[in-house]
Amino acid sequence: MKKILAMTLVMILAVAALAGCGAKNQGADTGENPPADQVTGTVVTAGSTSVQPLSEELAAAFMDGNSGITVEVQGGGSGQGIKAIQEKIADFGALSREVKDEEKASVTKEIVIAKDGVAVVVNPDSTVENLTIEQIKKIYTGEIKNWKEVGGEDAPIVVVSREEGSGTRGAFTEITKVAGKNDAGEEVDNTTKEALVQGSTGAVMQTVATTPNTIGYVSLGSLSDTVKAVTVEGVAPSAETVLSGEYKISRPFLYVAGGELSKAAQMYIDFVLGAEGQAIVEESGFIPVK
Amino acid sequence: MKTYEKIIEKLILICAVTATISVALITLFIFKSGLPVLADYGVFNFIFGTTWSPTNGSYGIFPLIAGTLSVTLGALVIGIPTGLACAVFLAEILPKHWAKAFKSAIELLAGIPSVVYGFFGLVVLVPAIRNFVLPIYKIFHPEASATGFSILAGAVILAIMILPTIVSISENSIAAVPREFKEASLALGANKMETIVRVLIPAAKSGILSSIILGMGRAIGETMAVLLITGNMAKVPSGILDPVATLTGTIAMEMGYASPTHQQALFAVGIILFVIIMLLNIFAQLSMRGMGGSAR
Repeated sequence: MKKILAMTLVMILAVAALAGCGAKNQGADTGENPPADQVTGTVVTAGSTSVQPLSEELAAAFMDGNSGITVEVQGGGSGQGIKAIQEKIADFGALSREVKDEEKASVTKEIVIAKDGVAVVVNPDSTVENLTIEQIKKIYTGEIKNWKEVGGEDAPIVVVSREEGSGTRGAFTEITKVAGKNDAGEEVDNTTKEALVQGSTGAVMQTVATTPNTIGYVSLGSLSDTVKAVTVEGVAPSAETVLSGEYKISRPFLYVAGGELSKAAQMYIDFVLGAEGQAIVEESGFIPVK
Repeated sequence: MKTYEKIIEKLILICAVTATISVALITLFIFKSGLPVLADYGVFNFIFGTTWSPTNGSYGIFPLIAGTLSVTLGALVIGIPTGLACAVFLAEILPKHWAKAFKSAIELLAGIPSVVYGFFGLVVLVPAIRNFVLPIYKIFHPEASATGFSILAGAVILAIMILPTIVSISENSIAAVPREFKEASLALGANKMETIVRVLIPAAKSGILSSIILGMGRAIGETMAVLLITGNMAKVPSGILDPVATLTGTIAMEMGYASPTHQQALFAVGIILFVIIMLLNIFAQLSMRGMGGSAR
């Protein structure tokens, strides 16, 4: 019985200690007031859902160092990003593509914050060295089913894809036009139903590395020599060819602005393009521009 | 009753209530998140639709249901005979001190994390199926081509994963059959084989059945291992070497980046999974009652 009593006491003590922790944290939060000379304000970015995770990382890191400024990150899509700066509801529109000609009028400032590249990989035993964007599109929509149609051996192509909703899949299908508008004008992902689906870059690499006749795609940062990266339109994928624009399966991540930047917005963009911001870009698996 | 005993009683009550409330809240949450999609899309379209393509707005989960059921069935077909034979061997044939070592080795299987099973399947089993099973399969279906990511791979891995459950519970219930049953059978002139098949296994059937149900529950709910090795192709399979996508694997894989509607659809998949497991449990309980035993 004494034992039980002791244990109960210990439990009660533990609960009390935990409650104490909570109270202490609250005190710390409210006790910190920004100094008078600090820049305060709100920076809003809105737009591409592909840029959103990166923006959120950048915003969190920025706010850690600048407690007076709040950075709000909203999604909506690249089109929404342009709209948001036209309507002046956001400081920055986030785009995961180039600014279109008809949008140029409302954009006064265009800042490339990162680049995103996707490498097309095949099994190391494959004899295929080069594919065109058109061929890649046809392979992924199921039109081309045999390697001999693209200059390889007579063997069925095993298509490996990422799961629905994956950012890499989004980038890949968008750039290669595997996804496109249907007759009704809706955005449709036409990836073949005969594709193996793997839930991570690592699983795609492992599958392509060990299974004959496979083709897959991985983000450029995760490429290793367990698989063979094919050249696309004759250009090998690398950070340099993506930055120069020669490698076609890549896209810029842009922040666009419509008017003068507020002081807070300028601080944020300086941070993003600075060493710390670009390090976050690299950590997130994208290609830094500086 | 002394005061501290009362306090402890209350503490225990709180623990019990917490567990029960958690179950209720989780159920409530899943249904609340998933029902809107089911209502909008139509339950019939949702369950019997054959196209699962959330980014295009098609939420037909029939291929996923077929995938889950085929992998589970395959696991049971492999796992039940193996597990039962193993349980009989441990309980009746092997000397006691050897049986102890064997049993703890089998129970060790339950302690291996499922992602390790999955990785083992990915690097060993999948290539093995491609290199050894496919050529045999090709004798009958010359046109067949397969990568090894298949129902078979999932079924074999799941069978290994449910073995500890089936073996340890079945072994216990066979060992718990009263000595007199066995002695009477042997005294009547039955040999060892007949005694095991005709007397011991029927006498232990309720324990064996409950081990199978627990194993089946694990097979249906298993996520990580099957996710890595079944290929996740949301298509109704036509053979055991075809890749399939399972309900659990799809939820786990797509939840991370899902858009709000897609996420609701995944919760709706959760509802279906929930209902399937409930139905199987009720069915199993009923069939056991029909046999005069109970799961406990």
